[in-house]
Amino acid sequence: MTKSFDILIVGIGGQGTILASNILGEACLLEGRHVKGAETHGMAQRGGSVETHIRIDGQYGPLIVPGTADLLISFDLLEALRYSHFLKSGGTMVVNRHMVLPTSVFTQKSPAPTEDEIIAQLVRFNPCLIDADKIAAEAGSSLSQNVVILGAASWSIPLKADSLLTAVKKLVPPKTVEVNAKAFEMGRAFSRTR
Amino acid sequence: MQRHYLLGNEAIAHACLESGIDFASGYPGTPSSEVIDVLRVQKDPAYYVEWSVNEKVALENALAAAWCGIRAICTMKHVGLNVAADPLMTSAYTGVTGGLVIMSADDPFAHSSQNEQDTRCYAHFARLPCLDPAGVQEAHDMIGTAFEISEEFRLPVLFRPTTRICHSKGDVELGDAVPSTRKGEFHKDPRQYVVIPAHTRLLHKKLNEKQPALKKRLVERGLNHSTIKGKTAIIASGIGASYVQELLPPDVSFMKIGAYPIDEDWLGEFAKKHEKILVIEELAPVVEEAVRQVAGCVPVFGKINGYAPYEGELSPAVVAAIMVKAGFLPKNPFAAMEPVQNLPMRPPILCAGCHHRAAFYAIKKVFKDAAIYPSDIGCYTLGIQLGVVDTTICMGASITVGSGITHSGEPRDVVSTIGDSTFLHTGIQGLMNAVYNGANMTLVILDNRITAMTGHQPNPNSGVTATGVETPPVSLDAICRACGATFVETVDPYDMTGILRVLEEAKKKKGVKVIIAKQMCVIAARRAGVKRGRYAVNPDLCTGCGTCVRFGCPAIEFADEKARINDLCSGCAVCARLCPVGAISREAKK
Repeated sequence: MTKSFDILIVGIGGQGTILASNILGEACLLEGRHVKGAETHGMAQRGGSVETHIRIDGQYGPLIVPGTADLLISFDLLEALRYSHFLKSGGTMVVNRHMVLPTSVFTQKSPAPTEDEIIAQLVRFNPCLIDADKIAAEAGSSLSQNVVILGAASWSIPLKADSLLTAVKKLVPPKTVEVNAKAFEMGRAFSRTR
Repeated sequence: MQRHYLLGNEAIAHACLESGIDFASGYPGTPSSEVIDVLRVQKDPAYYVEWSVNEKVALENALAAAWCGIRAICTMKHVGLNVAADPLMTSAYTGVTGGLVIMSADDPFAHSSQNEQDTRCYAHFARLPCLDPAGVQEAHDMIGTAFEISEEFRLPVLFRPTTRICHSKGDVELGDAVPSTRKGEFHKDPRQYVVIPAHTRLLHKKLNEKQPALKKRLVERGLNHSTIKGKTAIIASGIGASYVQELLPPDVSFMKIGAYPIDEDWLGEFAKKHEKILVIEELAPVVEEAVRQVAGCVPVFGKINGYAPYEGELSPAVVAAIMVKAGFLPKNPFAAMEPVQNLPMRPPILCAGCHHRAAFYAIKKVFKDAAIYPSDIGCYTLGIQLGVVDTTICMGASITVGSGITHSGEPRDVVSTIGDSTFLHTGIQGLMNAVYNGANMTLVILDNRITAMTGHQPNPNSGVTATGVETPPVSLDAICRACGATFVETVDPYDMTGILRVLEEAKKKKGVKVIIAKQMCVIAARRAGVKRGRYAVNPDLCTGCGTCVRFGCPAIEFADEKARINDLCSGCAVCARLCPVGAISREAKK
């Protein structure tokens, strides 16, 4: 049995983790690879912390065990830390360098770490930190942040960049194909020069 | 043949198309909703599809369709099957003449549910066959088999995927869709369809007589199968079987259970060839009990003797730990990993601009902490974060729990909250009962015109059917008045002054007072193109008092002693109405 390549994508409901999963799944189909995944639906999506599991070459179950993910992609800095225990030793972490503070921090005045404090805790994973908002805006729309981050992670994913880009173009809304293709390329270029 | 990366429910829906279904009904419920959602958006379907008002209604409709000789599927979540239990139990007696598949999706770990019940227990209870897939491809493939078994044995077939099937994805091999061709035809046969005692006694006997052949057929169809590899064995079902296969040592025998009832003779033959057996399954020990009945002196490890948990969901890590404990793996291949502690939680939250938040704010302001707040099942259950949800038990129970509390002698005010879809599901009877029996309570119907939490399905309140055909919307006001309520007021919860006034009025009156807080779901409104313009805080005027922040809208942040509105703002303007110094106003056009 081929060992699967396990990717955990985390973020906040509404940030586009499911689209990212669909892009990876479609790229697997293009390469004739098996793929399994699991995601969060229903009420938990309403602004809550969400996780999407993808297992490239996965044969059986869809879930990734903590401590075994080959790649952790996070659309939010705080969520990267929350799920960091999923990453295997020596695994890769690609993270949006900004966070959205949970509303409870404001309403209950609960303590929250700063972005710098979180980054300090993530250093041991040698993360690729990416200012996705800035790059997405340069690409043409801040809504393409998820595709920017996917592009940045693409070097670590055992799929051809061409397959991923084809999948991006196929799955994003027709009017946004150009912006998202650019977002993918810019994210990919960013992490090469890191 | 085509291969797609699909959600389990999408694959199940496609399998329905491949089976040439003629009829589909259901009530939304996570994790089952996407099956009907996919079926209802197909272009010019040759089959009939409806969102029903509740699961009992959905099942009775589908059962009748299957009595007319056509193929019907009915979908719901596990707790929906409780609502549909009445027709379910007797449908096993009447049987069907067409094919009927009842999908009841279980939710181990209660990701989005009020309990962790097991549909397989209903199958046993009703003596109906039940298919239990272990993955997305198998879930797809089982649908065709389920229809064939239903037609062969003339019985409804339960189909029981779980959250990790419905909301898993995988590369799935699909067949071609087959258009629906059958036309329903009802043949009168009172001995089958009229369950008076004289008929039902015979029908019960017939149901029991079907069982032995059914058990054999499930094995012959390959739904239950085994491979003998050694002196020890693992028997697994559902997604647990997939986790076991990731970990199975080469010298351990494996039995996969995908359908019930299990043939005891076949199971016993397997059991007696082994020296010990481990059973892996989610929720109730259904397979384990069957194994124990035939295992004789072969030791069985499972939930009943404490090797596996009854509650929660399985994962490869949990299965590995069970296998180690029962001596089926020398050591756990997974190291225990602890998440980082003390991070701020990020639970789901009512959306920015959700009118439920405004209604809850007003209710709390008028009735204060002293009142008791029974609530119900929907997005608004998140009102627990705002301190206005004191009870939820099942669909429609906000009203009945409210009236029960008032009749118990509890003197405090009772304010029940219920969504429009839940009210139409099973709330109306509770309201009728409360008025009839003279309860003193306030009922706020949180009317957002749609079934929001499960993915914005239309209901009789929405003015469109499942397929988008316009239909007259029900009048909640008229329903409440027809139930006997005389105080029935409809308000816009964004109009804080108006809703506060109506709540104050209700508080003073005796009897059952109904307030319909009506406003479009903010997500549905955005999709419909409603644009209200964003609001902003004037930092020169903001005193940092925190009134708007405590409102709890995710669009409102607080930094450097000032409030700030982020780009989640949907322009509901409620915070502007709450601000005591008028620091919040519509953002100037850029």
